[in-house]
Formats: sequence, structure tokens, C-alpha cells
Amino acid sequence: MSPLATIALRFMVLSLVAVGGVQSILPEVHRVAVDVHHWVTDAEFTQMFVIARAAPGPNMLLVTLIGWHVAGLPGAVVATAAVCVPSCTLSFFVSRVWQRFRGAPWRRAVEAGLAPITVGLVLATGWLVARGAPGGWAAYTITAVTAALVLFTRINPVWLFAAAGLLGLLGLV
Amino acid sequence: MTPPPAGDAPRVTLGELYRGFFSAGARGFGGAMPWARRMLVEERRWLTPQEFTDAFGLCNFLPGPNIVNMSVVVGSRFGGARGAIVAFVGLLTLPFLVVLTLAALYTRYGNLPGIDAVLRGVGAAAGGLVFATGLKMAEGLPRTALAVGFLLLAFVAIGLLRWPLVPVLFTLAPLSVLAAWLRRA
Repeated sequence: MSPLATIALRFMVLSLVAVGGVQSILPEVHRVAVDVHHWVTDAEFTQMFVIARAAPGPNMLLVTLIGWHVAGLPGAVVATAAVCVPSCTLSFFVSRVWQRFRGAPWRRAVEAGLAPITVGLVLATGWLVARGAPGGWAAYTITAVTAALVLFTRINPVWLFAAAGLLGLLGLV
Repeated sequence: MTPPPAGDAPRVTLGELYRGFFSAGARGFGGAMPWARRMLVEERRWLTPQEFTDAFGLCNFLPGPNIVNMSVVVGSRFGGARGAIVAFVGLLTLPFLVVLTLAALYTRYGNLPGIDAVLRGVGAAAGGLVFATGLKMAEGLPRTALAVGFLLLAFVAIGLLRWPLVPVLFTLAPLSVLAAWLRRA
């Protein structure tokens, strides 16, 4: 089988089990890419993980980089599509069905039940992202000031990111 | 809060869907979710806060990155299958190009000078933005002991105890939904 076809097949299967996002399939992506197919070495996998985190957008871009490493631009496109299209197709049809039951009592109960958990997860993500930052008082201050300004002012967070990035570049974080 | 009838939903063209999700993806350092909420709820007002929380809750249960699912769900709502594709491509266009550029630079130069330092600062700010977004979403929740209880359980299990997401989600969600159903009856 050509490398492109192998990439497509492997990542399409993983797409449908990635409940909770790509984090939950990372160990399996690592096994497939490093141990089974030897597409990348352990060190390259780690580098790609770091580079994917440096780019904006979802961290599934790690998969894009693996595809790129194996087969250039076509590999990047195929890997990205493979990991997204099955789960996106499922989302598309589920949301269509969901839309049809708008106003149904059971749907309202599901939404009322899921909402607090969803918010709890977002807060937990914020906590974990902040914890994943280097730590120290400078980092905690940036986190707290950003949260406060976003909550209580109408400032565009882009400026806060730019300022925080600059503080980092100056070696203050 | 009851959802507005379908006729009240704003009209959104395919071009607007592309630009909206492009802007969310382009700014999404440390995660695109807060930017998607800002774009959908605060900047373009395509969704009410309640609609956002409901749709995002659904997306957490579907496989794949929740924000990618969100682009498909919102895109299909305003533009059918074509809308879903346009929103999805919009979200990923810039991140895709940026990550390949970074990888090419890394391959060529062996390191990315300054990137680590910049990311240390941005990472700290990103945590604050996600946290503030969570607090904004919490404002829309009913002030009941049940809602607050399940919110705290999810936060403690995932954020503090760092338990794996999937079992936590599939344990808490049925209980919370059941509680909401019984409360309604």
C-alpha cells in the first residue's frame, strides 16, 4: 500500500474514536507513527508536538506534520483530512438530527444536564493551560490579569496575547 | 431560556462563515475555543450564549477536536453541507499554513529562536482567556445546587485530579442529564 493510503486509512480509523479530541488518541498516534510504521522517530514526534502547539488552532496539527514528514504537502493534506473527515461527517449528521428535536423535552434535559459539565470542562482547561505555562509569579500574574481584563473590559484579547508574547520574548516570564 | 424560532436565526453567507471561522482559527494560540465563542457570540452574534454552550456541549461528546466539530455544526446550521465544509476549511486554513511554515523553518535551522520565549508568555495569557471564557459561560447557567455541583465535579475531576476525560465525561453526563430530567418532571 502506498504511504498516502496507509496514512489515510490509519488516521481515518483513529478519527472516529477520538472522543475528547486528539489528546485522547495521541498515545495511539505515537504507536502507529513511531513503533508500527517508523514514519518518525521518538524525538521527531516530540518536536512535532511542540511545533503543533506553537501554531494557532487545534493541536490535531501534529497529525498534519506527520503527514508532511512522510509525503510532503500531499501527505499533510491527506493526514489532516483523514483525521477530520470521519468525525466531522458524524458531527454533521448528529447535528442535523439534533436540530430536528429542537424543543423536545428530552433534548432540553440533555442540554440542561450537559451545560454545567461543559462549563466545568472549559474552566478545567483554562486551569490546565495556565498550569502548563512555565509557572512563577510573572506567569501567574499574566494569567490573572488576562482573565480579569477579558471579564471586566472590552479589550480585544489579541492585544493581551501580543503583550504577553513580548514579555516572554524579553525574558520576563 | 427558550431558543428563538428558526426564522429568527441570523442569515449568514458562505463568505461570512469562512471569514468568521478563519478569524477564530488565526487567533487561536493555546486553543481556538475562546476565540470561536468570542467570534460567534460577541463579535458576530450568530449564536446566543445559551446556544453556544448547548452546541459546544454536544461537540464535546462527538469524536474529533471539539472546535473542529463546532465549525461543522455551526456551518451546517447556517449553510447546510456547503456551510459545514466552508466553516471547517476556514478554521484550519491559517493554522495549517502556519504549522507547515514553522516545521519547514525548524527543519532548516534546527531551532526556532525566540519561539519558546514568546510561547511562555502567550501560554500564560491563553490560560487566563480560557478561564475567563468559562466564567462567562457559567453566567448563563441556572443558579441551582445541581448545576453548580456538576460544574465543580467536572472541574475537580479533570482540572485538579487530572483524571482521564472520557470516563469522567461518560460518568458525569448521564447522571447530570438524569437529574435535569427528574427535576423537570
